[in-house]
Amino acid sequence: MTEIVNGANVQQQTSVDVGERPLLEIKDLQVGFSTQDGLVKAVDGVNITLYRGQSLAIVGESGSGKSTTAHAIINLLPGTGHVSGGQILLDGQDLTKASPREMEAIRGRKIGFVPQDPMSNLNPVWSIGFQVEEAIKANGIATGRKEVKKRAIEVLKQAGLQDADRRLKQFPHQFSGGMRQRVLIGMGLAADPQLLIADEPTSALDVTVQRVILDHLESLTRELGTTLLFITHDLGLAAERAEQLVVMYKGRVVESGPSVQILKDPQHPYTQRLVAAAPSLASRRIQATGSISAAESSMADNASDAAGDTIDLIATAEARAELVEAAASAPPAIIVEDLTKVFKIRGSGDFTAVDGVSFQIPKGTTMALVGESGSGKSTVAKMLLKLEDVTSGKIVVGGKDLASVTGKELFNLRSRMQPVFQDPYGSLNPLRNIGNTIAEPLHTHKVGTKATRRARVLELLDQVSLPRTLVSRYPNELSGGQRQRIAIARALALKPEIVVLDEAVSALDVLVQAQILRLLADLQAELGLTYLFITHDLAVVRVIADHVCVMQRGRIVEKATTDEVFDNPQEQYTRDLLAAIPGAGIELGA
Amino acid sequence: MAGYIVRRLLQAIPVLLGTTFLIYFMVFAMPGDPIVALFGDKTPPPQVIEQLRERYHLDQPFIVQYFIFLGNIFRGDLGTSFSGQPVSEILAATFPVTLRLALLAIFFEMVAGISVGLISGLRKGGIFDASALVVSLILISLPIFVIAFVAQYIFGIQLGWFRTTVGSGAPTQDLILPALVLATISFAQITRLTRASVIDTDTQDFVRTAASKGLPRTRIVPVHILRNSLIPVVTYLAVDFGVLMVGATVTEGIFNVPGVGRTLYQAIIRGEGPTVVSFVTVMVLIYLVVNLLVDLLYAVLDPRIRYAK
Repeated sequence: MTEIVNGANVQQQTSVDVGERPLLEIKDLQVGFSTQDGLVKAVDGVNITLYRGQSLAIVGESGSGKSTTAHAIINLLPGTGHVSGGQILLDGQDLTKASPREMEAIRGRKIGFVPQDPMSNLNPVWSIGFQVEEAIKANGIATGRKEVKKRAIEVLKQAGLQDADRRLKQFPHQFSGGMRQRVLIGMGLAADPQLLIADEPTSALDVTVQRVILDHLESLTRELGTTLLFITHDLGLAAERAEQLVVMYKGRVVESGPSVQILKDPQHPYTQRLVAAAPSLASRRIQATGSISAAESSMADNASDAAGDTIDLIATAEARAELVEAAASAPPAIIVEDLTKVFKIRGSGDFTAVDGVSFQIPKGTTMALVGESGSGKSTVAKMLLKLEDVTSGKIVVGGKDLASVTGKELFNLRSRMQPVFQDPYGSLNPLRNIGNTIAEPLHTHKVGTKATRRARVLELLDQVSLPRTLVSRYPNELSGGQRQRIAIARALALKPEIVVLDEAVSALDVLVQAQILRLLADLQAELGLTYLFITHDLAVVRVIADHVCVMQRGRIVEKATTDEVFDNPQEQYTRDLLAAIPGAGIELGA
Repeated sequence: MAGYIVRRLLQAIPVLLGTTFLIYFMVFAMPGDPIVALFGDKTPPPQVIEQLRERYHLDQPFIVQYFIFLGNIFRGDLGTSFSGQPVSEILAATFPVTLRLALLAIFFEMVAGISVGLISGLRKGGIFDASALVVSLILISLPIFVIAFVAQYIFGIQLGWFRTTVGSGAPTQDLILPALVLATISFAQITRLTRASVIDTDTQDFVRTAASKGLPRTRIVPVHILRNSLIPVVTYLAVDFGVLMVGATVTEGIFNVPGVGRTLYQAIIRGEGPTVVSFVTVMVLIYLVVNLLVDLLYAVLDPRIRYAK
């Protein structure tokens, strides 16, 4: 924590000399996309000023125009997008008027760009070395094969790939996500640009990897004196990593200023909602007051002031606290004993994905299974749902051993245990309308008549707070948050006792995420549901879970109540995960 | 890699056995007596017929005939045609001609299809794209013999650029016109395939990243767009090569090309079991090998594909 605070101090000392000309000045920028219905404005009158050596973060939800702004700066807008007004001045030169050739000279050389998704931003058919060397050659940084290769290794080492010389010949698929992101950062900084635009550089990565990469990016840009324009949807992350914040909403800047000030005293209602909804910040505030019950008096007022009548995660967490006390003595809904899963991998022997995992979930409570990708948490969920065979161990659901359940009994069991998956886009059939999608489990299990099924669908839409008119609509007409509600409604259709939520909110924007989390909490209170909540994000856990199991490489390394895990983590790994929650180092002065 | 190739070749054995059996059975089931047909209007003496029957094992039950044939093949003896010429000789005479014709056709359709597809894809919705679509649709809807006759008439007779039929020994310059005609069949498919693939690749994140590195468009197109787009096209081309190798009966007929297609057609008409089955066996073999080569080529084009040991 202290390290980051110190870092911020250093930055403040080196920044803002008011008399100086800004490195980047965006004046009244308008970006539109030509569609069949005419011009759709994605960015509408954005002003941003960024001085040399400063760091600035643009924050907003998806569709707010933050990435479009970034792409407009380097003139790489997708499809029909184009700048329809305003100026982008880089060191006095208007980039909106630059010729394609001039832009080619500016890209890479003056403005480095680190894209969002490390999986899709490297060409899969060329080696890492080829792609880095290409950037170096294009910008005339080095000539001659040996020189170029030397510089490529240097750049990658600088970006944190220690064994760069050995790995130049490897291909992107042989690198992990974190390693690929380092390659992309290396490429972005290959020509020593004055400005580096990092577009959600770590949102596709595990939290601990995210932290390491961002720390590295921060120290690297400070060392090289690179000005940083950082784009993120996570307010906590933005405030932690940048001195200045620009909050965007629907193509406009709604608030801008020094990060800490915005976080402590948000002016615009949208910013206030963002501050209230960010799980990273909410979990931090719950923690700051020690216990949830103590928080009730002081925080409830504070929160309602800030958030008005919008979603407040702290209130949600409080409501849940009472529920847990009542449920503490309930019999376990799920017992998992010594569960192991071994995958046979051709050519390289066995891989133990889940290794002797045991836990119990009391009825009506939420157990969070936390871990990074590859920790085995989703495999546990699949075995619980009987979508994956168990290698050894025992799973007991509602008093029945899953191993002995087959045929008709298994079919009935499935109706009592329903899943919600991560990707709200992939888990709904695009060719079925919402009504049919929600009614499908009822059909399969032959529940009720056509009329009662229809009534149940409408009731479910009410329960997940969606308008009944959606019944005849199709998934592509809905937003991500609405789709996830549909997925939840479908899971609830058969009135299950257990819902397995596999990263059910990870793909959603913070505000939507907060809404879904509250919905889940309300449904649990109303219907007495038992949740197995699988996530990589500890910040969300604080809000939703009663018990936490931290998984690492197939094993449970820590198992405790949520408060214990947050207040008094026993394992180094858990502490790392906690420290990786963005915004953890920010004093909110609650 | 070597293990993978061996496994694939082993898989070819049941395929070969199955196809030869099916073909042999179909030829056997063809109506009419091939020996009688051989003599046309004349009626040969019964002992001659008996002799010929014995020589070609036509007096044996079907399954015995099949196994005799199979045994001969394993000894490298593909049998003789009814005219007394060894089938292996006919194969040696016709396959090289068809191979040259197929290679030429593939070359033409590749060059034309990929270039037109690439330009169409990069300038989606433009005039070039629209014209290319119209031309491909016309070519795709015309039967091959129409294209062949029209080409023969215009380029062979009116303009006199090419000989209308292929001369003896099938010199390569005579094969250009039939190859161009053959290429029109797949030109449309390759254009559409390349176009779709280029459009898809052009919107990929890594193409934008390549531009953000400061690369000029002249480098991005061949290095980052074309190579990635070619992966599906190469599959199609290779399968098409297999099809062309197996013979283009109609085109070979019209241009009088002494290739596999024409010879096989005549053998079928005459009910020459050994010739038909031997030809088909070789064709199946070529098809299997070409497909194996495609799969191996895949790994070269796309490093993500690595075949297990």
